[in-house]
Amino acid sequence: MNMIKALFRRELHSYFATPVAYVFMVIFLMLMGAFTFYLGNFYERGQADLQAFFSFHPWLYLFLVPAIAMRLWAEERKSGTIELLMTLPVTPLQAVLGKFLAAWAFAGIALALTFPVWITVNYLGDPDNGAILAAYIGSLLMAGGFLAIGSCLSAVTRNQVIAFILTVVVCFGFLLAGFPLVLDAFSGWAPQLLIDGIASLSFLTHFSAISKGVIDLRDLLYFALLISAFLYANTIVLGWKQAD
Amino acid sequence: MLEIDRLSKYYGQHKVVDDLSFHCQAGEVLGFLGPNGAGKSTTMKMITGFVAPSSGSARICGHDIQAETLAAQRRIGYLPEGAPCYAEMTPAQFLAFIADIRGMAGATRASRIEEVVQLLHLGPVLSQTIETLSKGFKRRVGLAQAILHDPDVLILDEPTDGLDPNQKHEVRELIRSMSKQKLIVISTHILEEVSAVCTRAIIIADGRLLVDDTPGNLAAQGNGDLDEVFRRITEARAA
Repeated sequence: MNMIKALFRRELHSYFATPVAYVFMVIFLMLMGAFTFYLGNFYERGQADLQAFFSFHPWLYLFLVPAIAMRLWAEERKSGTIELLMTLPVTPLQAVLGKFLAAWAFAGIALALTFPVWITVNYLGDPDNGAILAAYIGSLLMAGGFLAIGSCLSAVTRNQVIAFILTVVVCFGFLLAGFPLVLDAFSGWAPQLLIDGIASLSFLTHFSAISKGVIDLRDLLYFALLISAFLYANTIVLGWKQAD
Repeated sequence: MLEIDRLSKYYGQHKVVDDLSFHCQAGEVLGFLGPNGAGKSTTMKMITGFVAPSSGSARICGHDIQAETLAAQRRIGYLPEGAPCYAEMTPAQFLAFIADIRGMAGATRASRIEEVVQLLHLGPVLSQTIETLSKGFKRRVGLAQAILHDPDVLILDEPTDGLDPNQKHEVRELIRSMSKQKLIVISTHILEEVSAVCTRAIIIADGRLLVDDTPGNLAAQGNGDLDEVFRRITEARAA
């Protein structure tokens, strides 16, 4: 546990030691604001909720979360510090968890900084704050899902650009898994069971329920399993791609 | 202390390390010599648990690196080739991180960091980020990290590479001063280093062990000229 804590602190600190953290947060908050108020028609809707805000989270995360995740392992490979890290008395799982949790905490901080939107809606009307809290939890879970995918794919390469693009593509697939864009690729040949399975992996379906304030155990379980599966895959990737 | 048994590493058909065996004890400073690409670094990566061997085993203080990885790694201090460090950290933060990972706490942690900083003269750069440091300082930060927990076995991959003559001298003094209680393995292709600090020299080429002797005996074969002996041994093999 102490190992994970030490790794977590180092990793989180490294975000803030470089301009990455500040650039990311500023862009994230600006885009969130712009999307909510302009594209989401926050005012015109005339409703005291944050649907206009949360409905853009999956799309913003699609490009911004891979940008947080891409450096996690690719940078360690590039700079050779992975050799230092993996020869310290740390298990691969501890290393994966420490890094992932730091990236997730960073995403959480960025998300928490969107609180002015919440203040705005409370000032203007009388929203269901329980539903908003649920949506925030859902959004954080979804960010965790994106990050776990990104962390795993970042371990595949020493090139951060490749890590970024791979992660965007895979996350896009997960986002739209329940939609014809993805399903049509399987519908001709795959058995119905597989198609249903793929359709049920969709981020959007699982997130949209939570973002409306409905916390279903199955949605929570989905994100927990997704994160666990990709982090486990991450440790395996580290095992077979040790040296280069 | 360190037991290498029939250690081999293949990448596809290519044998990088081929059936390497040797044992060594505390108090020895083992010079690991060979031309570039001989398999020195790969051997060190296998001993420290970074790369899994294709066959054979390495035991550190009785702990097999494959079976009891963490127990073995706790006994090792390792300076990887090129001395990689987290560039955005300062040496103070970096050493604090290593101390946490090594499970050091309280007064021993603070005093040990202080001691290592003194030993490697890192005082003036403690709060500068590592990426802004000169090559010599970076190397010394890497060394500081390796000796911080006072390990029984020190594995140093080209510890003096990139240092100026004064710094080389200091690092050699440091190695000599630590060699009483520890086993130190250094890889190098600088032969003067071997006669300066090593009590034993192993020469490998193409992953095979060619010579295992004292630097004195080796030099005697070439009438005092180690370079001459090294060339004769490694080139005879290549031909």
